[in-house]
Amino acid sequence: MPTATDTIEDLVKTEYKYGFVTDLETESAPPGLSEDTIRLISRKKNEPEWLTDWRLKAYRYWLTLEEPTWPKVHHEKIDYQDIVYFSQPKPNKNAPKSLDEVDPKLLETYEKLGIPLRERERLAGVAVDAIFDSVSVGTTYKKSLAEKGIIFCSFSEAVQEHPELVKKYLGMVVPYTDNFFGALNSAVFTDGSFCYIPKGVRCPMELSTYFRINAAKSGQFERTLIVADEGASVSYLEGCTAPMRDENQLHAAVVELIALDNAEIKYSTVQNWYPGDENGVGGIYNFVTKRGLCKGKNSKISWTQVETGSAITWKYPSCILLGDNSKGEFYSVAVVNNYQQADTGTKMVHIGKNTKSTIVSKGISAGKGQNSYRGLVEIKKSAANARNFSQCDSMLIGNKCGAHTFPYIEVKNTTASVEHEATTSKIGEDQIFYCNQRGLATQDAVNMIVNGFCKEVFKELPMEFAVEAQKLLGVSLEGSVG
Amino acid sequence: MSKTILEIKNLHAGVEGKQILKGVSLSIGAGEVHAVMGPNGSGKSTLAAVLAGRDGYDITGGEVIYNGHDLIDLDPEERAREGLFLAFQYPVEIPGVNSTYFLKAALNEIRKAKGQPELDAIEFLNVVKEKVKLLDLSEDLLKRSVNEGFSGGEKKRAEIFQMAILEPKLAILDETDSGLDIDALKVVSEGVNKLKTKENAQLVITHYQRLLNYIVPDFVHVLVDGRIVKSGGKELALELEAKGYDWILKAA
Repeated sequence: MPTATDTIEDLVKTEYKYGFVTDLETESAPPGLSEDTIRLISRKKNEPEWLTDWRLKAYRYWLTLEEPTWPKVHHEKIDYQDIVYFSQPKPNKNAPKSLDEVDPKLLETYEKLGIPLRERERLAGVAVDAIFDSVSVGTTYKKSLAEKGIIFCSFSEAVQEHPELVKKYLGMVVPYTDNFFGALNSAVFTDGSFCYIPKGVRCPMELSTYFRINAAKSGQFERTLIVADEGASVSYLEGCTAPMRDENQLHAAVVELIALDNAEIKYSTVQNWYPGDENGVGGIYNFVTKRGLCKGKNSKISWTQVETGSAITWKYPSCILLGDNSKGEFYSVAVVNNYQQADTGTKMVHIGKNTKSTIVSKGISAGKGQNSYRGLVEIKKSAANARNFSQCDSMLIGNKCGAHTFPYIEVKNTTASVEHEATTSKIGEDQIFYCNQRGLATQDAVNMIVNGFCKEVFKELPMEFAVEAQKLLGVSLEGSVG
Repeated sequence: MSKTILEIKNLHAGVEGKQILKGVSLSIGAGEVHAVMGPNGSGKSTLAAVLAGRDGYDITGGEVIYNGHDLIDLDPEERAREGLFLAFQYPVEIPGVNSTYFLKAALNEIRKAKGQPELDAIEFLNVVKEKVKLLDLSEDLLKRSVNEGFSGGEKKRAEIFQMAILEPKLAILDETDSGLDIDALKVVSEGVNKLKTKENAQLVITHYQRLLNYIVPDFVHVLVDGRIVKSGGKELALELEAKGYDWILKAA
């Protein structure tokens, strides 16, 4: 009879399904970072001068910064001169004019990933922008969205077509002075998605972006900017995969969300970057800055993330609750297995009156994985009657993994109410045996137990992605029970 | 003599090198209710655990034939799918997992193993309704997460309810009476009695005789220090209640 520990180890052995490489001719800048690299990127993208200048300012500022050491993660020092900052599939022009011009191999890749890139093959109701290495390769549904005045396109395109909006909002929430990786991204970001929902419009479908790193040695630095104007609402989902490679690849994205009066943005992430192999070799370093600004009164920003990939995850999707009565939410499932490390959580900064925030974090550690929740709840003096509720639960599978919780709470207004609950549990042999005794195989038992643990978060995901997330969780934890 | 469901022959088993079962033999036929009684530490729960296939026990000798083939080689889930059910002494909580969903998954695993089609949600709910009526239970328990926040009595009732749904061939009730007040004990026992058929069998493991006021066994076995030292009819249980285990220990 196999022991539970053996089974867990088998489960962990499941291969990464998205580890293939697409063989495409690419046009890449040589590795290395300098003002010339940045000018090259900017020139390739035919950017206006103000943006080139903004990038250069960010770069010069970045040079003055040190890489942060406070996250509870360990990795070899990153050589920023060994990264390719610009890589794109090699068509004649910068970006294909329509999907028909996209390299069929690329489309094939997206099909393998299950992304409904071509409209006739789309999943009903999901519009997708797909970012391959550094370039956006096509946005579905653009036309039907445009009829409602919704702009959903690649960041590069937005710079060309809607420079006034980009200029107005870029860096409003995450200025280039914000942090080391944010500054780096500001200097070298290559593409990403841009979304603007005009006044009073409820976006009729889920918007979605799929990110794919393909080229070796390349970093991916995308920038996403979503603006919901007064009374607008939108639900947005991003997914990510990468090939299996022995070296570590850097992904340093910035996502900025801005909600004006009575607007609502729901941002969901299913992050499945290559996590490295069972010995901890390779995998993506996912160092990401995500922040939303509830700028207007009664606005709401909700983050939902399911983090199963990456060798190292380091991200804190946050909300600045500036508008009175605004609401921020953070729902997170973070899974680490093998040698994965995650330091993730959120910041809720209450500035406006009657602002509310909710944090629900579920950390699952298996194998030799290390999972940390790090969160800040800050109630400013101006935030009368602010409310926060935080719940941080950790689940351990096996006895070689770790779970850590670092909650920070700063309250400067006495009318505030802040609640924090935390639990740590271990998936028990008892639970597994109980399920076995009812006829369920160990893997199914683990999936069921873990999904039960994550239920509060999964119910926040759009329906079709909730199903995907549950499956992903199953795959990520295969072999992990003890 | 009825068809034999379980045949335990000279079973030796232990945990971490410590011998606990030292040659248990027991034969259970279809339609029979057997009770295994014994003082604390005699090996009662070990017997239940070994039969259900719990990890961590070493079988060092003897054999167990269930349904005509060797039980020991099977994984716990395979045993369950072949109709072996253990009502736990301490039912385990699984937070966030809906009881109905859990039980439907379990039943469908068993049905699959039997080559029967899986039940969809509606068909399953019909089964549930029928059993709820039979056992006079509240459906509320099924709307909650598996055993989460249940009282001791609710947990035991839920176990019996699972047993009703899964319709085992052999049900092992491990100290089902522990932690139950008299009313709960009655409800649970009545449930067990209603589930008894000519085709199935029950093995009731208990420390106290009082459960056997409600579940009347055909055979009573006294387990002491890893061996069955005395077997008899239901009157043996009463004798034990009156005289205590010391009487047997001395006689042995």
